[in-house]
Amino acid sequence: MSERTLKIALPAISVCLFLVGWSFYVRTAEVSAFVLPPPEAILVALIEMVQTRELWDHALVTVTEAVSGFLIAVGLGISLGFIMARIPPVEWAAKPFIVLLQLIPKIALAPLFILWFGFGLESKIVIAAALAFFPVFSNALQAFKSVEPGDKDVFTILQANPVQRFYLLDVPSALPVILTGTEVAVVLAMIGAIVGEFIGGNEGLGYLAVAHLQNLAVPELFAVIVILAMVGLLLYTLIGRLRQSFSAWHVSSETA
Amino acid sequence: MPFDARQDRMEINVSGLTKVFGDGPSAVTAIKDADLTMERGEFVSLLGPSGCGKTTLLRIVAGLESPTEGTVEIRGNAVWNGTRRSAAATRPVSMMFQEARLFPWFTVVENVALPLRIAGVGRKERLERATAICETVGLKEFLHHRPNALSGGMRQRASLARALVTEPQLLLLDEPFGALDAMTRDALNIELMDVCARANVTTILVTHSISEAAFLSDRVVVLAPRPARITAMIDMPFDRPRGLELQQSMAFQKMVGELRQKLSEGE
Ligand SMILES: Nc1ncnc2c1ncn2[C@@H]1O[C@H](COP(=O)(O)OP(=O)(O)OP(=O)(O)O)[C@@H](O)[C@H]1O
Ligand SMILES: [Mg+2]
Repeated sequence: MSERTLKIALPAISVCLFLVGWSFYVRTAEVSAFVLPPPEAILVALIEMVQTRELWDHALVTVTEAVSGFLIAVGLGISLGFIMARIPPVEWAAKPFIVLLQLIPKIALAPLFILWFGFGLESKIVIAAALAFFPVFSNALQAFKSVEPGDKDVFTILQANPVQRFYLLDVPSALPVILTGTEVAVVLAMIGAIVGEFIGGNEGLGYLAVAHLQNLAVPELFAVIVILAMVGLLLYTLIGRLRQSFSAWHVSSETA
Repeated sequence: MPFDARQDRMEINVSGLTKVFGDGPSAVTAIKDADLTMERGEFVSLLGPSGCGKTTLLRIVAGLESPTEGTVEIRGNAVWNGTRRSAAATRPVSMMFQEARLFPWFTVVENVALPLRIAGVGRKERLERATAICETVGLKEFLHHRPNALSGGMRQRASLARALVTEPQLLLLDEPFGALDAMTRDALNIELMDVCARANVTTILVTHSISEAAFLSDRVVVLAPRPARITAMIDMPFDRPRGLELQQSMAFQKMVGELRQKLSEGE
């Protein structure tokens, strides 16, 4: 068999084995269905759920929160990263806050944001943004700082103005590293939105998961988790694609 | 010759130039008390062993590194005011670095067109001009490649094309062809000499090759290390235009011998 087919076949086989093993274990070991339902029960719940309007409304809320938070984090992270890389005194002044904020588990701030911004979308967007901010910011700061001095010399010789420097040199050199940060950030934004929904409000997939838990609807709870995983995967893949297309120049290729 | 006319032809004036990197016991004197004046259209080579301050001298003239002492003037304008560089004084300067310094996010032709883009030349015109110059340095088949996909020599050609695309009046070249094979090197040297003569370009070339220096230059400046300084300036009295056959002549061989002698005296 070729490497190509193996690379598709093997993961499929391992997943199938895992599911069969799971199903078999639940039946033979007499695990309570409240603790661990068999995969087929989860599948049934999932199929029923995706046919309801309700699920999609909740999913849309979560995606809106995560994506808005993510975009805010990207905007703020890149601008602050650039400003601090360009004007070191700003970084020095901000340093204590940066270190402090980095040390606090940001998720611990979630209840505070609910208190300040209410139970609606806004507080979840803020939580998502707070979590997603750091990977973008620290990668942007690092990337803008490490633009090659020799490359800057070329732009000095060419008498480029600051705007030209920014979009012809700084942004393209920093972009691959920044985009790596955004891959991490989008996952964190999802976590932020879900945790926010756990804590307060009555919308979103996080809320739905808690609601199913309270009703002891365990297969449905698992189904929500599966959907959350899918949404997360979708966002991550989108960003990953974006990164690949932007940093195509890093692999030597004549078609890119 | 009236005084003003002579003043008008004065292109570069380096005087008492000293550069010290760092301070205290770890201080390195990269160049000491260098004087150099060049007329418009003159071709001068800096010849010397590794580490004798050739790149540093070039970078100070280009406005990339500030001098510790001394002055640099380009057409009567001071390049440095203390440690502040004057953008206006260095406007006619184009420089090619020891490394190709191409940008991986642009294709070859976009890299070559970059100086024109920064100068505000429209897309169509700048790509036409960049394509033309790429063809003269033998990059015709590689226009739309990424620099990463090029060999070291090809990258160096692209870098030369980028330095020439603005039709500069003052060209600073830091070991431009070090990475090239002898034949390509000859071809590009002829091309370079042609461009410089045609547009009356003033050129400073850093090189390790004695015969390259003798072949291309009106004058060769010999530097010596520890302490880094200028030890000799020798005119190359060969008629122009020069062809490769010049290198076979007795007079040329004699000049190369003399340069080698001066170089070893500095050691
Ligand atoms: N930015 C710097 N900081 C400290 N020392 C430096 C710096 N740049 C150059 N030097 C030192 O100055 C001296 C001259 O360096 P320079 O690069 O001008 O030599 P060079 O003649 O161009 O050598 P090569 O032929 O190897 O390119 C060297 O000893 C080098 O270590
Ligand atoms: Mg050098």
